[in-house]
Amino acid sequence: MTKTVRIGSGSAWWGDRVEPARLNAERGDLDYLCFETMAEATISAAQVRARRDPSFPGYDTYLDDRMRAVLPAALKRGTKIISNQGWINPDGAAQRVVELLRELGATGVKVASVNGSLITERVIELTDTILENGAPTATLGNTLISAEAYQGAEPIVEALRRGAQIVLTGRVADPSLFLAPMMHEFGWAADDYEHLGAGNGIGHLMECGAQVTGGYFTDPGFKDVPEPWNFGFPIAEVEADGSVVITKTPGTGGTVSLATVKEQMLYEVHDPANYITPDVVVDFTQAKLEQVGPDRVRVTGLTGKPRTPTLKVSMGCTEGFIGEDMFFYAGPGALRRAQLAKTILTERFKIVDLKAEDMRIDFLGLNAVHGAATPADAPEPYEIAVRVAARTRTREEAAKVGREVDGMAVSGIAHTGKRVPHQDRTREVIGVWSTLVPRTAVTPSVSYFVS
Amino acid sequence: MPRVKLQHLAHARSGDKGNTSNISVFAYEPDFYPLLKDQLTAEAFKAFYGAAITGEVLRYEVDNIDALNFVAHGALGGGVSRSLALDNYGKALSAAVLGFEIEVPDALMPRLKGLNAA
Repeated sequence: MTKTVRIGSGSAWWGDRVEPARLNAERGDLDYLCFETMAEATISAAQVRARRDPSFPGYDTYLDDRMRAVLPAALKRGTKIISNQGWINPDGAAQRVVELLRELGATGVKVASVNGSLITERVIELTDTILENGAPTATLGNTLISAEAYQGAEPIVEALRRGAQIVLTGRVADPSLFLAPMMHEFGWAADDYEHLGAGNGIGHLMECGAQVTGGYFTDPGFKDVPEPWNFGFPIAEVEADGSVVITKTPGTGGTVSLATVKEQMLYEVHDPANYITPDVVVDFTQAKLEQVGPDRVRVTGLTGKPRTPTLKVSMGCTEGFIGEDMFFYAGPGALRRAQLAKTILTERFKIVDLKAEDMRIDFLGLNAVHGAATPADAPEPYEIAVRVAARTRTREEAAKVGREVDGMAVSGIAHTGKRVPHQDRTREVIGVWSTLVPRTAVTPSVSYFVS
Repeated sequence: MPRVKLQHLAHARSGDKGNTSNISVFAYEPDFYPLLKDQLTAEAFKAFYGAAITGEVLRYEVDNIDALNFVAHGALGGGVSRSLALDNYGKALSAAVLGFEIEVPDALMPRLKGLNAA
């Protein structure tokens, strides 16, 4: 008996396009559609916003857009949806989806929410040290606004086993969203590390959406891709032995090739033999890739090792503010004028006593992107934007950046191009730190709602 | 031997985790991979990026896909939310390494990507 489970991607992050998710739901013939919508700082930013804005529901601000786009086709096909759009309010997200289902006239659909990731109140007693700098977690003190553990696939598997058609979670490791349906469909046990390694490896290939179908890949003249304005999202055709064919939504742009799969395989991976996830330690180094058709790459040999006794925790902390602004030079001597402008600002910041913890003044068009790695012989551009950014303890200090750039409009040097001042030239910094907690300290809970 | 930019032998992608960037380099053909392995060492990589990388650089050889994975600590200005860099995630960092120069045997020159087209 061979069974193939078709799992599609619906988003790679909060800001991803919505249209390709709809196309995948309509054309992908999917058993499961998985949405990944969180970056490291997403939950902390949501906590900050929730404190300021009582109307913010705490889940993905695009939840309605994404669900309205895919629900009609998903209901018709029976496609199950797994998503971490719950952020800091998975129950609220599930209840909202129930409302959307009722609007569509779909009754009796079971929606689950997965909680348990948030351990803000307990993190300091549960952990010893911050991974990045070795300092005691307690030193974060009252700057800590959010701590959430990366949960694995198991609570989602439980929800599926109990008949949920849609599962909304808080913080769950990105590849685990994709592993859950494989564990459910194939009956892989939580200690079947070879299969779990394969499944999480497949999840890793899928979690960044179009990045495996030609997105973030196209390089004209070197890596040309058809219709890069119309990328289809990936589909994994998974078999019970953990082998997979990666393909994409039929009739869309982009490509699935050995090169796109290789790039995604190592994306955000450190040691490719030991990629740590909550479910398993994935080993990518035995994988074999084979182009078996147009936009079809078969991957075998993904495997894994026993999971670690700890879970990773992201901790978001208030760390002051950033002030940022920009102005412009063009024409002959643009760089010379930009350099003098830099000197002027540096002197002005001394006069107004800017207390910056870090500062940079970049020349866009010359060195702003690669900084110190910019070749010394980079040619002088015709246009240069001077960008100033400083990190400070208070919003008042950060505002000095914009105030001094304003002064350049009439008290600067010849041919300074200046924008109308924007209101958003200062922003709050949510610093992210990591720590580890014992796996046993995190208890997932699953709740159910019916439309 | 002729020296050519890495972009003719390999493609690259960068990813971020905290203040650490990983920059992966993929040989276009298996025959190019030994050249990358020999010449694009962790030391050469770190020297090429200069002060843009403040910490240690580790290199993983991923022979099954003809790729090298460089893990560059301290390359992201404190990490995405703290960074004052325009490119907070360092997503554009991988383009720099494509300018690294590799010595290529004459016999392989006709097979390089993007070098021999009109």
